[in-house]
Amino acid sequence: MARYSIFSLARNALTGHRDWPELWRSPEPRPAYEVVIVGGGGHGLATAYYLAKEHGVTDVAVVEKGWLAGGNIARNTTIIRSNYLWDESAAIYEHGLKLWEGLSRELNFNVMLRQRGVMNLAHTEHDVRESIRRVNANRLNGVDAEWLDAEGVKAFCPPISISPDVRYPVLGATLQRRGGVARHDAVAWGYARGADARGVDIVQHCEVTGIRRVRGRVTGVETSRGFIGARKVALVAAGHSSVLAQMAGLRLPVESHPLQAMVSEPLKPVLDCVVMSNAVHVYISQSDKGELVLGAGIDAFNSYGQRGGLHVLEDQLAALMQLFPAFSRARLLRSWGGIVDVCPDASPIVSKTPVEGLYINCGWGTGGFKATPSSGWAFAHTIARDEPHKLNAPFALDRFTSGALIDEHGAAAVAH
Amino acid sequence: MMRIECPWCGGRDETEFHYGGEAHIARPEDPDALSDEAWADYLFMRANPRGVHAERWMHAQGCRRWFNVLRHTASHEVVAVYPMGAPRPDLPETAA
Repeated sequence: MARYSIFSLARNALTGHRDWPELWRSPEPRPAYEVVIVGGGGHGLATAYYLAKEHGVTDVAVVEKGWLAGGNIARNTTIIRSNYLWDESAAIYEHGLKLWEGLSRELNFNVMLRQRGVMNLAHTEHDVRESIRRVNANRLNGVDAEWLDAEGVKAFCPPISISPDVRYPVLGATLQRRGGVARHDAVAWGYARGADARGVDIVQHCEVTGIRRVRGRVTGVETSRGFIGARKVALVAAGHSSVLAQMAGLRLPVESHPLQAMVSEPLKPVLDCVVMSNAVHVYISQSDKGELVLGAGIDAFNSYGQRGGLHVLEDQLAALMQLFPAFSRARLLRSWGGIVDVCPDASPIVSKTPVEGLYINCGWGTGGFKATPSSGWAFAHTIARDEPHKLNAPFALDRFTSGALIDEHGAAAVAH
Repeated sequence: MMRIECPWCGGRDETEFHYGGEAHIARPEDPDALSDEAWADYLFMRANPRGVHAERWMHAQGCRRWFNVLRHTASHEVVAVYPMGAPRPDLPETAA
Protein backbone atom coordinates (compact mmCIF):
# COMPACT_ATOMS: atom_id res chain seq x y z
CA MET A 1 0.00 0.00 0.00
CA ALA A 2 1.43 3.34 -1.04
CA ARG A 3 1.42 5.51 2.08
CA TYR A 4 -0.05 8.96 1.82
CA SER A 5 2.16 11.79 3.05
CA ILE A 6 3.23 15.29 2.13
CA PHE A 7 5.99 13.67 0.05
CA SER A 8 3.65 11.39 -1.91
CA LEU A 9 1.45 14.41 -2.53
CA ALA A 10 4.38 16.43 -3.86
CA ARG A 11 5.62 13.50 -5.97
CA ASN A 12 2.19 13.00 -7.55
CA ALA A 13 1.78 16.71 -8.10
CA LEU A 14 4.82 16.55 -10.37
CA THR A 15 3.07 13.99 -12.57
CA GLY A 16 -0.23 15.83 -12.60
CA HIS A 17 -1.91 13.43 -10.14
CA ARG A 18 -2.32 10.82 -12.89
CA ASP A 19 -0.40 8.03 -11.17
CA TRP A 20 -2.15 7.60 -7.82
CA PRO A 21 -2.61 3.87 -7.21
CA GLU A 22 -6.12 2.42 -6.95
CA LEU A 23 -7.38 2.26 -3.38
CA TRP A 24 -8.23 -1.42 -3.70
CA ARG A 25 -8.10 -4.21 -6.27
CA SER A 26 -11.20 -5.71 -7.90
CA PRO A 27 -10.28 -9.40 -7.88
CA GLU A 28 -12.31 -12.32 -9.16
CA PRO A 29 -13.56 -14.33 -6.20
CA ARG A 30 -11.49 -17.41 -5.37
CA PRO A 31 -13.26 -20.76 -4.93
CA ALA A 32 -12.99 -20.64 -1.15
CA TYR A 33 -11.96 -18.49 1.79
CA GLU A 34 -11.55 -18.87 5.53
CA VAL A 35 -14.10 -16.07 6.09
CA VAL A 36 -16.68 -14.60 3.73
CA ILE A 37 -18.17 -11.31 4.90
CA VAL A 38 -21.53 -10.58 3.27
CA GLY A 39 -21.99 -6.84 2.89
CA GLY A 40 -19.40 -4.30 1.73
CA GLY A 41 -20.60 -1.34 3.75
CA GLY A 42 -18.81 0.42 6.56
CA HIS A 43 -19.33 -2.29 9.16
CA GLY A 44 -18.38 -5.12 6.79
CA LEU A 45 -15.22 -3.38 5.62
CA ALA A 46 -14.25 -2.50 9.19
CA THR A 47 -14.78 -6.15 10.14
CA ALA A 48 -12.47 -7.26 7.32
CA TYR A 49 -9.85 -4.69 8.31
CA TYR A 50 -9.75 -5.71 11.97
CA LEU A 51 -9.84 -9.43 11.10
CA ALA A 52 -6.66 -8.91 9.09
CA LYS A 53 -4.97 -6.43 11.38
CA GLU A 54 -5.88 -7.59 14.89
CA HIS A 55 -6.23 -11.31 14.29
CA GLY A 56 -4.02 -12.06 11.30
CA VAL A 57 -6.96 -13.57 9.40
CA THR A 58 -6.31 -12.45 5.83
CA ASP A 59 -7.96 -15.27 3.85
CA VAL A 60 -11.09 -13.14 3.71
CA ALA A 61 -13.52 -11.99 1.03
CA VAL A 62 -16.03 -9.17 1.38
CA VAL A 63 -18.87 -9.76 -1.08
CA GLU A 64 -21.17 -6.88 -1.92
CA LYS A 65 -24.25 -7.07 -4.15
CA GLY A 66 -23.98 -3.45 -5.27
CA TRP A 67 -20.93 -1.26 -5.15
CA LEU A 68 -18.65 -0.72 -2.22
CA ALA A 69 -20.08 1.59 0.43
CA GLY A 70 -23.24 2.40 -1.51
CA GLY A 71 -25.77 1.65 1.22
CA ASN A 72 -26.30 3.25 4.60
CA ILE A 73 -22.66 4.31 4.97
CA ALA A 74 -23.32 6.71 2.07
CA ARG A 75 -26.76 7.77 3.28
CA ASN A 76 -26.45 8.67 6.94
CA THR A 77 -26.05 12.06 8.63
CA THR A 78 -22.54 11.17 9.92
CA ILE A 79 -23.14 11.95 13.59
CA ILE A 80 -20.69 10.42 16.05
CA ARG A 81 -21.20 10.27 19.83
CA SER A 82 -21.11 7.76 22.65
CA ASN A 83 -23.54 9.20 25.21
CA TYR A 84 -25.73 6.12 25.60
CA LEU A 85 -27.49 5.32 28.86
CA TRP A 86 -26.68 1.75 29.80
CA ASP A 87 -23.26 0.36 30.72
CA GLU A 88 -23.22 -2.13 27.84
CA SER A 89 -23.95 0.55 25.23
CA ALA A 90 -21.61 3.13 26.74
CA ALA A 91 -18.79 0.58 26.61
CA ILE A 92 -19.16 -0.36 22.96
CA TYR A 93 -19.95 3.15 21.66
CA GLU A 94 -17.17 4.75 23.72
CA HIS A 95 -14.72 2.16 22.44
CA GLY A 96 -15.86 3.23 18.98
CA LEU A 97 -15.36 6.92 19.71
CA LYS A 98 -11.82 6.20 20.92
CA LEU A 99 -11.12 4.30 17.70
CA TRP A 100 -12.52 7.25 15.73
CA GLU A 101 -10.12 9.59 17.50
CA GLY A 102 -7.13 7.70 16.13
CA LEU A 103 -8.65 6.50 12.88
CA SER A 104 -7.14 8.88 10.32
CA ARG A 105 -3.65 8.05 11.57
CA GLU A 106 -4.43 4.34 11.89
CA LEU A 107 -5.77 4.08 8.34
CA ASN A 108 -3.38 6.65 6.82
CA PHE A 109 -6.55 8.08 5.35
CA ASN A 110 -8.21 11.31 6.43
CA VAL A 111 -11.69 10.46 7.72
CA MET A 112 -12.17 14.16 8.51
CA LEU A 113 -13.37 13.65 12.06
CA ARG A 114 -14.51 16.94 13.53
CA GLN A 115 -15.28 16.84 17.24
CA ARG A 116 -17.42 19.91 17.32
CA GLY A 117 -19.79 18.80 20.07
CA VAL A 118 -23.18 17.10 20.02
CA MET A 119 -26.13 18.56 21.93
CA ASN A 120 -29.24 16.54 22.74
CA LEU A 121 -31.99 19.01 23.60
CA ALA A 122 -34.53 18.74 26.41
CA HIS A 123 -37.93 20.35 25.91
CA THR A 124 -40.02 19.13 28.84
CA GLU A 125 -39.61 18.58 32.54
CA HIS A 126 -39.35 14.87 31.90
CA ASP A 127 -36.75 15.42 29.16
CA VAL A 128 -34.70 17.47 31.63
CA ARG A 129 -34.74 14.74 34.26
CA GLU A 130 -33.92 12.00 31.76
CA SER A 131 -31.12 14.06 30.24
CA ILE A 132 -29.48 14.83 33.57
CA ARG A 133 -29.78 11.17 34.49
CA ARG A 134 -28.03 10.29 31.25
CA VAL A 135 -25.26 12.83 31.85
CA ASN A 136 -24.65 11.24 35.25
CA ALA A 137 -24.73 7.72 33.80
CA ASN A 138 -22.28 8.77 31.07
CA ARG A 139 -19.85 10.24 33.58
CA LEU A 140 -19.92 7.11 35.71
CA ASN A 141 -18.95 5.22 32.55
CA GLY A 142 -16.10 7.56 31.69
CA VAL A 143 -17.99 9.17 28.81
CA ASP A 144 -17.66 12.96 28.67
CA ALA A 145 -21.01 14.65 29.22
CA GLU A 146 -22.25 18.00 30.46
CA TRP A 147 -25.64 19.49 31.23
CA LEU A 148 -26.35 22.94 29.78
CA ASP A 149 -29.31 25.10 30.78
CA ALA A 150 -31.14 27.10 28.12
CA GLU A 151 -28.71 30.03 28.37
CA GLY A 152 -25.82 27.59 28.05
CA VAL A 153 -27.41 26.09 24.93
CA LYS A 154 -27.71 29.55 23.39
CA ALA A 155 -24.09 30.36 24.24
CA PHE A 156 -22.84 27.10 22.73
CA CYS A 157 -25.03 27.38 19.63
CA PRO A 158 -25.94 31.03 18.90
CA PRO A 159 -28.31 30.46 15.94
CA ILE A 160 -30.73 28.38 18.03
CA SER A 161 -33.94 29.85 19.39
CA ILE A 162 -34.56 29.40 23.13
CA SER A 163 -37.75 31.47 23.02
CA PRO A 164 -40.19 30.39 25.75
CA ASP A 165 -43.11 31.33 23.48
CA VAL A 166 -43.32 28.00 21.67
CA ARG A 167 -45.09 24.75 22.44
CA TYR A 168 -41.86 22.93 23.34
CA PRO A 169 -39.24 25.49 24.37
CA VAL A 170 -35.60 24.50 24.78
CA LEU A 171 -35.06 23.97 28.52
CA GLY A 172 -31.51 22.68 28.28
CA ALA A 173 -29.34 20.06 26.63
CA THR A 174 -26.78 17.38 27.21
CA LEU A 175 -23.48 18.13 25.54
CA GLN A 176 -20.81 15.68 24.50
CA ARG A 177 -17.89 17.80 23.35
CA ARG A 178 -16.00 14.83 21.90
CA GLY A 179 -18.94 14.03 19.65
CA GLY A 180 -19.12 15.36 16.13
CA VAL A 181 -19.18 14.33 12.51
CA ALA A 182 -16.88 12.60 10.01
CA ARG A 183 -16.64 12.13 6.27
CA HIS A 184 -18.81 9.06 5.75
CA ASP A 185 -17.33 7.83 2.45
CA ALA A 186 -13.77 8.27 3.67
CA VAL A 187 -14.37 5.84 6.52
CA ALA A 188 -15.48 3.10 4.15
CA TRP A 189 -12.75 3.84 1.64
CA GLY A 190 -10.07 3.94 4.33
CA TYR A 191 -11.13 0.60 5.78
CA ALA A 192 -11.39 -0.92 2.28
CA ARG A 193 -7.92 0.27 1.37
CA GLY A 194 -6.46 -1.00 4.63
CA ALA A 195 -8.16 -4.39 4.32
CA ASP A 196 -7.18 -4.78 0.67
CA ALA A 197 -3.55 -3.99 1.47
CA ARG A 198 -3.57 -6.83 4.01
CA GLY A 199 -4.83 -9.32 1.42
CA VAL A 200 -8.61 -9.15 1.79
CA ASP A 201 -10.49 -9.61 -1.50
CA ILE A 202 -13.27 -7.06 -1.98
CA VAL A 203 -15.73 -8.47 -4.52
CA GLN A 204 -18.37 -6.02 -5.72
CA HIS A 205 -21.48 -6.79 -7.78
CA CYS A 206 -21.68 -10.22 -6.21
CA GLU A 207 -25.07 -10.93 -4.65
CA VAL A 208 -25.48 -13.73 -2.14
CA THR A 209 -28.48 -15.87 -3.05
CA GLY A 210 -28.07 -18.73 -0.61
CA ILE A 211 -26.13 -19.94 2.40
CA ARG A 212 -24.97 -23.54 2.03
CA ARG A 213 -24.94 -25.69 5.14
CA VAL A 214 -23.97 -29.28 5.78
CA ARG A 215 -25.17 -30.91 9.00
CA GLY A 216 -25.86 -27.55 10.66
CA ARG A 217 -22.50 -26.09 9.69
CA VAL A 218 -21.86 -23.36 7.15
CA THR A 219 -19.81 -24.40 4.10
CA GLY A 220 -20.13 -21.31 1.90
CA VAL A 221 -22.41 -18.96 0.02
CA GLU A 222 -24.20 -19.22 -3.31
CA THR A 223 -23.73 -15.99 -5.21
CA SER A 224 -24.59 -14.41 -8.54
CA ARG A 225 -20.97 -15.21 -9.48
CA GLY A 226 -21.04 -18.83 -8.38
CA PHE A 227 -20.47 -20.75 -5.17
CA ILE A 228 -17.82 -19.43 -2.78
CA GLY A 229 -16.73 -21.84 -0.08
CA ALA A 230 -16.11 -20.54 3.44
CA ARG A 231 -15.40 -22.00 6.86
CA LYS A 232 -17.07 -18.96 8.38
CA VAL A 233 -19.72 -16.64 6.98
CA ALA A 234 -20.38 -13.25 8.55
CA LEU A 235 -23.58 -11.38 7.69
CA VAL A 236 -23.30 -7.57 7.88
CA ALA A 237 -26.14 -6.47 5.66
CA ALA A 238 -28.00 -3.82 7.68
CA GLY A 239 -31.49 -3.42 6.16
CA HIS A 240 -31.30 -6.76 4.34
CA SER A 241 -30.25 -8.82 7.37
CA SER A 242 -33.59 -10.61 7.70
CA VAL A 243 -33.46 -11.65 4.04
CA LEU A 244 -29.99 -13.17 4.46
CA ALA A 245 -30.75 -14.77 7.82
CA GLN A 246 -33.77 -16.47 6.31
CA MET A 247 -31.46 -18.16 3.80
CA ALA A 248 -29.93 -19.93 6.79
CA GLY A 249 -33.30 -20.68 8.36
CA LEU A 250 -33.01 -18.00 11.04
CA ARG A 251 -35.66 -15.54 12.17
CA LEU A 252 -34.45 -12.19 13.49
CA PRO A 253 -36.05 -9.69 15.88
CA VAL A 254 -35.45 -7.04 13.24
CA GLU A 255 -37.73 -4.93 11.08
CA SER A 256 -36.52 -2.86 8.13
CA HIS A 257 -37.74 0.71 7.79
CA PRO A 258 -36.95 3.69 5.59
CA LEU A 259 -34.98 6.46 7.26
CA GLN A 260 -34.79 9.70 5.32
CA ALA A 261 -32.35 12.57 5.39
CA MET A 262 -31.91 15.76 3.41
CA VAL A 263 -29.53 18.62 2.77
CA SER A 264 -30.01 22.28 2.05
CA GLU A 265 -28.15 24.30 -0.53
CA PRO A 266 -24.63 25.18 0.69
CA LEU A 267 -24.57 28.13 3.08
CA LYS A 268 -21.75 30.06 4.69
CA PRO A 269 -20.64 28.64 8.05
CA VAL A 270 -23.48 29.18 10.50
CA LEU A 271 -23.69 26.07 12.68
CA ASP A 272 -20.52 24.62 14.19
CA CYS A 273 -22.04 21.88 16.36
CA VAL A 274 -24.50 19.01 16.05
CA VAL A 275 -27.98 19.60 17.47
CA MET A 276 -30.40 16.75 18.10
CA SER A 277 -33.91 16.92 19.50
CA ASN A 278 -35.98 13.88 20.38
CA ALA A 279 -39.07 15.81 21.41
CA VAL A 280 -39.63 18.14 18.47
CA HIS A 281 -37.64 15.62 16.50
CA VAL A 282 -34.97 16.73 14.12
CA TYR A 283 -31.20 16.57 14.08
CA ILE A 284 -28.97 18.94 12.20
CA SER A 285 -25.35 19.76 11.47
CA GLN A 286 -23.56 21.70 8.77
CA SER A 287 -21.23 19.89 6.40
CA ASP A 288 -17.85 21.19 5.31
CA LYS A 289 -19.43 22.06 1.98
CA GLY A 290 -21.89 24.26 3.86
CA GLU A 291 -25.02 22.17 3.44
CA LEU A 292 -27.33 21.85 6.41
CA VAL A 293 -27.67 18.10 6.93
CA LEU A 294 -31.02 17.08 8.44
CA GLY A 295 -32.64 13.89 9.58
CA ALA A 296 -35.23 12.56 11.99
CA GLY A 297 -37.60 9.65 12.36
CA ILE A 298 -38.21 6.49 10.41
CA ASP A 299 -41.28 5.85 8.29
CA ALA A 300 -43.52 3.61 10.37
CA PHE A 301 -44.01 0.76 7.92
CA ASN A 302 -41.66 -2.05 6.89
CA SER A 303 -39.84 -1.27 3.68
CA TYR A 304 -36.88 -2.13 1.50
CA GLY A 305 -37.63 0.72 -0.89
CA GLN A 306 -34.94 3.25 0.16
CA ARG A 307 -37.52 6.03 0.12
CA GLY A 308 -40.22 7.32 2.42
CA GLY A 309 -43.16 9.68 2.66
CA LEU A 310 -42.93 13.44 2.20
CA HIS A 311 -44.94 14.05 5.37
CA VAL A 312 -42.05 12.61 7.41
CA LEU A 313 -39.74 15.24 5.95
CA GLU A 314 -42.34 17.97 6.53
CA ASP A 315 -42.55 17.04 10.21
CA GLN A 316 -38.82 17.41 10.71
CA LEU A 317 -38.76 20.71 8.84
CA ALA A 318 -41.51 22.00 11.12
CA ALA A 319 -39.33 21.02 14.08
CA LEU A 320 -36.36 22.75 12.48
CA MET A 321 -38.36 25.97 12.05
CA GLN A 322 -39.12 26.04 15.75
CA LEU A 323 -35.47 25.53 16.72
CA PHE A 324 -33.85 27.64 13.99
CA PRO A 325 -36.34 30.20 12.61
CA ALA A 326 -33.43 31.80 10.71
CA PHE A 327 -33.17 28.73 8.48
CA SER A 328 -36.68 29.19 7.10
CA ARG A 329 -35.34 30.81 3.92
CA ALA A 330 -32.80 28.07 3.18
CA ARG A 331 -33.71 25.97 0.18
CA LEU A 332 -33.49 22.20 0.25
CA LEU A 333 -31.28 20.58 -2.33
CA ARG A 334 -32.25 16.93 -2.09
CA SER A 335 -33.55 14.18 0.16
CA TRP A 336 -32.94 10.46 0.16
CA GLY A 337 -33.68 7.33 2.13
CA GLY A 338 -31.84 4.33 3.45
CA ILE A 339 -33.11 1.08 4.94
CA VAL A 340 -32.42 0.68 8.64
CA ASP A 341 -32.66 -2.59 10.57
CA VAL A 342 -34.40 -1.84 13.84
CA CYS A 343 -34.36 -4.10 16.91
CA PRO A 344 -37.11 -3.99 19.53
CA ASP A 345 -34.70 -2.56 22.14
CA ALA A 346 -32.93 -0.13 19.76
CA SER A 347 -29.66 -1.97 20.38
CA PRO A 348 -27.64 -3.99 17.87
CA ILE A 349 -26.95 -7.70 17.50
CA VAL A 350 -23.26 -8.63 17.17
CA SER A 351 -23.34 -12.31 17.73
CA LYS A 352 -22.78 -15.94 16.97
CA THR A 353 -25.88 -17.74 15.70
CA PRO A 354 -27.38 -21.20 16.23
CA VAL A 355 -25.80 -22.19 12.89
CA GLU A 356 -22.16 -23.20 13.37
CA GLY A 357 -19.77 -20.94 11.49
CA LEU A 358 -22.43 -18.28 10.87
CA TYR A 359 -22.11 -14.89 12.55
CA ILE A 360 -24.37 -11.88 12.37
CA ASN A 361 -23.93 -8.16 12.90
CA CYS A 362 -27.15 -6.19 12.46
CA GLY A 363 -29.82 -4.19 14.22
CA TRP A 364 -27.81 -0.97 14.45
CA GLY A 365 -30.97 0.67 13.25
CA THR A 366 -30.80 4.41 12.96
CA GLY A 367 -27.42 4.87 14.64
CA GLY A 368 -24.91 2.57 13.01
CA PHE A 369 -22.52 5.08 11.48
CA LYS A 370 -20.97 6.15 14.76
CA ALA A 371 -20.36 2.53 15.64
CA THR A 372 -18.59 1.57 12.42
CA PRO A 373 -15.15 1.11 14.05
CA SER A 374 -16.24 -0.66 17.23
CA SER A 375 -18.80 -2.80 15.42
CA GLY A 376 -16.13 -4.08 13.04
CA TRP A 377 -13.60 -4.41 15.85
CA ALA A 378 -15.87 -6.48 18.09
CA PHE A 379 -17.31 -8.54 15.23
CA ALA A 380 -13.82 -9.41 13.96
CA HIS A 381 -12.96 -10.70 17.44
CA THR A 382 -16.16 -12.77 17.52
CA ILE A 383 -15.42 -14.34 14.14
CA ALA A 384 -11.71 -14.97 14.70
CA ARG A 385 -12.08 -16.46 18.20
CA ASP A 386 -15.51 -17.98 17.70
CA GLU A 387 -16.61 -16.20 20.86
CA PRO A 388 -17.73 -12.65 21.55
CA HIS A 389 -15.49 -10.02 23.08
CA LYS A 390 -16.79 -8.73 26.40
CA LEU A 391 -17.77 -5.52 24.58
CA ASN A 392 -20.30 -7.28 22.38
CA ALA A 393 -21.22 -10.30 24.55
CA PRO A 394 -24.31 -8.44 25.88
CA PHE A 395 -25.43 -7.81 22.28
CA ALA A 396 -26.04 -11.49 21.56
CA LEU A 397 -28.98 -12.80 19.59
CA ASP A 398 -30.11 -14.87 22.58
CA ARG A 399 -30.88 -11.78 24.70
CA PHE A 400 -34.34 -11.88 23.15
CA THR A 401 -34.81 -15.30 24.70
CA SER A 402 -33.17 -14.55 28.04
CA GLY A 403 -34.90 -11.19 28.35
CA ALA A 404 -31.66 -9.26 28.95
CA LEU A 405 -32.66 -6.46 26.60
CA ILE A 406 -30.66 -3.23 26.41
CA ASP A 407 -33.29 -0.55 25.98
CA GLU A 408 -31.72 2.48 24.32
CA HIS A 409 -34.80 4.13 22.84
CA GLY A 410 -34.07 7.25 24.88
CA ALA A 411 -30.48 7.61 23.71
CA ALA A 412 -31.15 6.50 20.14
CA ALA A 413 -32.42 10.01 19.32
CA VAL A 414 -34.65 8.71 16.56
CA ALA A 415 -38.24 7.76 17.23
CA HIS A 416 -39.16 4.22 16.29
CA MET B 1 -46.90 8.80 -0.03
CA MET B 2 -49.03 5.69 -0.29
CA ARG B 3 -52.74 5.46 -0.95
CA ILE B 4 -54.46 2.83 1.14
CA GLU B 5 -57.94 1.45 0.51
CA CYS B 6 -59.86 1.47 3.78
CA PRO B 7 -62.52 -1.28 3.50
CA TRP B 8 -65.12 1.07 5.01
CA CYS B 9 -64.12 4.58 3.92
CA GLY B 10 -62.41 3.98 0.58
CA GLY B 11 -59.01 5.14 -0.65
CA ARG B 12 -57.22 7.68 1.53
CA ASP B 13 -53.71 9.04 1.99
CA GLU B 14 -51.27 7.12 4.13
CA THR B 15 -51.17 9.97 6.68
CA GLU B 16 -54.71 9.10 7.79
CA PHE B 17 -53.62 5.63 8.86
CA HIS B 18 -51.70 4.11 11.74
CA TYR B 19 -49.36 1.19 11.05
CA GLY B 20 -49.77 -1.88 13.24
CA GLY B 21 -46.92 -4.14 12.17
CA GLU B 22 -46.95 -7.74 11.01
CA ALA B 23 -50.36 -9.43 10.86
CA HIS B 24 -51.42 -12.92 11.93
CA ILE B 25 -49.31 -13.09 15.10
CA ALA B 26 -51.70 -14.90 17.39
CA ARG B 27 -51.39 -14.60 21.15
CA PRO B 28 -50.31 -17.99 22.51
CA GLU B 29 -53.24 -20.16 23.57
CA ASP B 30 -51.53 -21.40 26.71
CA PRO B 31 -48.95 -18.83 27.89
CA ASP B 32 -48.06 -20.86 31.01
CA ALA B 33 -46.84 -23.72 28.84
CA LEU B 34 -44.69 -21.56 26.60
CA SER B 35 -40.91 -22.01 26.49
CA ASP B 36 -38.56 -19.01 26.52
CA GLU B 37 -37.80 -19.65 22.84
CA ALA B 38 -41.50 -19.64 21.96
CA TRP B 39 -42.01 -16.41 23.92
CA ALA B 40 -39.09 -14.81 22.09
CA ASP B 41 -40.54 -15.88 18.76
CA TYR B 42 -43.98 -14.54 19.63
CA LEU B 43 -42.78 -11.24 21.10
CA PHE B 44 -39.78 -10.30 19.01
CA MET B 45 -39.11 -12.41 15.91
CA ARG B 46 -40.59 -11.03 12.70
CA ALA B 47 -40.81 -12.21 9.09
CA ASN B 48 -39.64 -8.85 7.68
CA PRO B 49 -39.66 -10.07 4.06
CA ARG B 50 -38.49 -8.23 1.01
CA GLY B 51 -41.66 -8.84 -0.95
CA VAL B 52 -45.32 -9.19 -0.04
CA HIS B 53 -45.87 -8.50 3.67
CA ALA B 54 -49.07 -9.17 5.60
CA GLU B 55 -49.58 -6.26 7.97
CA ARG B 56 -52.17 -4.42 10.03
CA TRP B 57 -53.33 -0.85 9.48
CA MET B 58 -55.85 1.27 11.33
CA HIS B 59 -57.79 4.18 9.83
CA ALA B 60 -56.86 6.51 12.69
CA GLN B 61 -58.32 9.68 11.20
CA GLY B 62 -61.37 8.00 9.72
CA CYS B 63 -63.47 5.12 10.96
CA ARG B 64 -60.75 4.04 13.45
CA ARG B 65 -61.14 0.41 12.44
CA TRP B 66 -58.38 -2.13 11.97
CA PHE B 67 -57.86 -4.22 8.85
CA ASN B 68 -55.18 -6.30 7.16
CA VAL B 69 -53.18 -5.35 4.09
CA LEU B 70 -50.87 -7.25 1.77
CA ARG B 71 -48.25 -4.79 0.61
CA HIS B 72 -45.00 -5.19 -1.31
CA THR B 73 -42.15 -3.88 0.86
CA ALA B 74 -39.95 -2.78 -2.05
CA SER B 75 -42.53 -1.23 -4.41
CA HIS B 76 -44.96 -0.23 -1.59
CA GLU B 77 -47.79 -1.46 -3.81
CA VAL B 78 -50.89 -2.49 -1.84
CA VAL B 79 -51.95 -5.78 -3.40
CA ALA B 80 -54.85 -6.77 -1.14
CA VAL B 81 -56.99 -5.49 1.73
CA TYR B 82 -58.93 -7.91 3.91
CA PRO B 83 -60.68 -7.97 7.30
CA MET B 84 -59.11 -8.74 10.65
CA GLY B 85 -59.49 -12.42 11.44
CA ALA B 86 -59.63 -13.50 7.80
CA PRO B 87 -56.84 -15.76 6.54
CA ARG B 88 -54.12 -14.33 4.34
CA PRO B 89 -55.33 -14.42 0.71
CA ASP B 90 -53.34 -16.47 -1.79
CA LEU B 91 -51.61 -14.33 -4.38
CA PRO B 92 -49.64 -16.69 -6.58
CA GLU B 93 -49.05 -14.05 -9.27
CA THR B 94 -47.36 -11.63 -6.85
CA ALA B 95 -45.14 -14.08 -5.01
CA ALA B 96 -42.16 -12.30 -3.51
